[in-house]
Amino acid sequence: FLAGFGSLMQDVLWCFSQVKGAIDAGVTESDIISTVEFNHTGELLATGDKGGRVVIFQREQESKNQPHRRGEYNVYSTFQSHEPEFDYLKSLEIEEKINKIRWLPQQNAAYFLLSTNDKTVKLWKVSERDKRPEGYNLKDEDGRLRDPSMITVLRVPVLRPMDLMVEATPRRVFANAHTYHINSISVNSDYETYMSADDLRINLWNFEITNQSFNIVDIKPANMEELTEVITAAEFHPHHCNTFVYSSSKGTIRLCDMRTAALCDRHAKFFEEPEDPSNRSFFSEIISSISDVKFSHSGRYIMTRDYLTVKVWDLNMENRPIETYQVHDYLRSKLCSLYENDCIFDKFECVWNGSDSVIMTGSYNNFFRMFDRNTKRDVTLEASRENSKPRAILKPRKVCVGGKRRKDEISVDSLDFSKKILHTAWHPSENIIAVAATNNLYIFQDKVN
Amino acid sequence: ILLDVSLTVSLTVFQEMEDKVLSPEKAEEAKLKARYPHLGQKPGGSDFLRKRLQKGQKYFDSGDYNMAKAKMKNKQLPTAAPDKTEVTGDHIPTPQDLPQRKPSLVASKLAG
Repeated sequence: FLAGFGSLMQDVLWCFSQVKGAIDAGVTESDIISTVEFNHTGELLATGDKGGRVVIFQREQESKNQPHRRGEYNVYSTFQSHEPEFDYLKSLEIEEKINKIRWLPQQNAAYFLLSTNDKTVKLWKVSERDKRPEGYNLKDEDGRLRDPSMITVLRVPVLRPMDLMVEATPRRVFANAHTYHINSISVNSDYETYMSADDLRINLWNFEITNQSFNIVDIKPANMEELTEVITAAEFHPHHCNTFVYSSSKGTIRLCDMRTAALCDRHAKFFEEPEDPSNRSFFSEIISSISDVKFSHSGRYIMTRDYLTVKVWDLNMENRPIETYQVHDYLRSKLCSLYENDCIFDKFECVWNGSDSVIMTGSYNNFFRMFDRNTKRDVTLEASRENSKPRAILKPRKVCVGGKRRKDEISVDSLDFSKKILHTAWHPSENIIAVAATNNLYIFQDKVN
Repeated sequence: ILLDVSLTVSLTVFQEMEDKVLSPEKAEEAKLKARYPHLGQKPGGSDFLRKRLQKGQKYFDSGDYNMAKAKMKNKQLPTAAPDKTEVTGDHIPTPQDLPQRKPSLVASKLAG
């Protein structure tokens, strides 16, 4: 447990640790990383990509010989989670892209995770095998059946050590419950249930039952012409198994209590920041759409990400957020072109650090931002191969908004909007972060003194 | 009276300029409306959301395809335009027109 944990921003120096993925300039579409998630101990780090594949990295045990190589992450397992499908009945193409991965807390030697594409959630078991039985009577070591008449002696098979093999097997497939596209999954604190949310509905599942799920939220209007908002993200409260939140494309968050009714269409709390009507523009609703919502580890706060800001809300105050952080406000004067190139619809995620004192989110040009809630200081860092010397300290980056550009600043017009950091993850207890930059995964750690 | 009118006109112009100066967002909105005069008033409304809900919709109809095949046994089926990204409209789509969706047989480069 590091002394630097939870310390002030100015004391944390972020260093490059590792980068995974291809170096060449051309990006294969299927290699684009679509989700990143640490497990509950931080020992494992999972990524999902557009090609439907999952790669799990495991942290190495710390070595006394190389104390400054504090536990590197190396490949532990990789498997094809989802495959492309075509729904002929609806003439609908179903992408294999992994939208979200969520880990279950570890309850035995095996690891379990949920992975989902637009339509189907799967429960995967990842387990180790380091012994194999040898000395069967009826088959030889290659598995070929032996002629029973040739067997004269009986022996007891014994377990012998073998090279470690990590197997991933699909244990449950939760299909056919979503008409619209799944954007979120969230494991409940009861460890028995989880929810999956699409644009208009949220379903509650029991891990053991795949042919039924309860619909707990349904915002589909009777007449689709009246549709005004969709569900953009949803999450269970970290401790209260009856409570969950979901965010909308109109910038609102609803908190629901499953004890009050079977169908939670009526919220227990409604979080919305009042808007000055005179400021309203064509873009207002689009940029207010919430792309991610996350409970703090404490369960006292929720954080939301919209196109230009990150907001922290106190669960006890519905009428406005308690903190608002500008991620890249300079984009406000670029909204026209960002609408034309569709960037305005990019869905950025946001994460808390383990102590809920710092929040992080991505931006363009492979920049990502951290905000210290206590000191109110913020920093912009960059994930790039140029800063990828081992243990190299990341230099803060700055975007120049107008006027004279300093030597190491970058002007808004020079930003590369194809290099977007949508997905990031923060280790549950240490200052280790994983940042997905298109097809590369960067791991940064704070400087070890 | 002439003096009052000109004062009012100047004040209105000044207010418009102030609006533009105060809000970069409104300036961007004006730019967009200049380029796309027919853009709807409610961007967050049903058209925009329904497009989002229709993601992944292709237009292959096996009934149309089979009927067309039967009718045009001796004739050439109309082929798709060179741009095969959007298969809709008068052209009868064939399975060949749909982009091939093969699962990834290649391992992720992250694991390399």
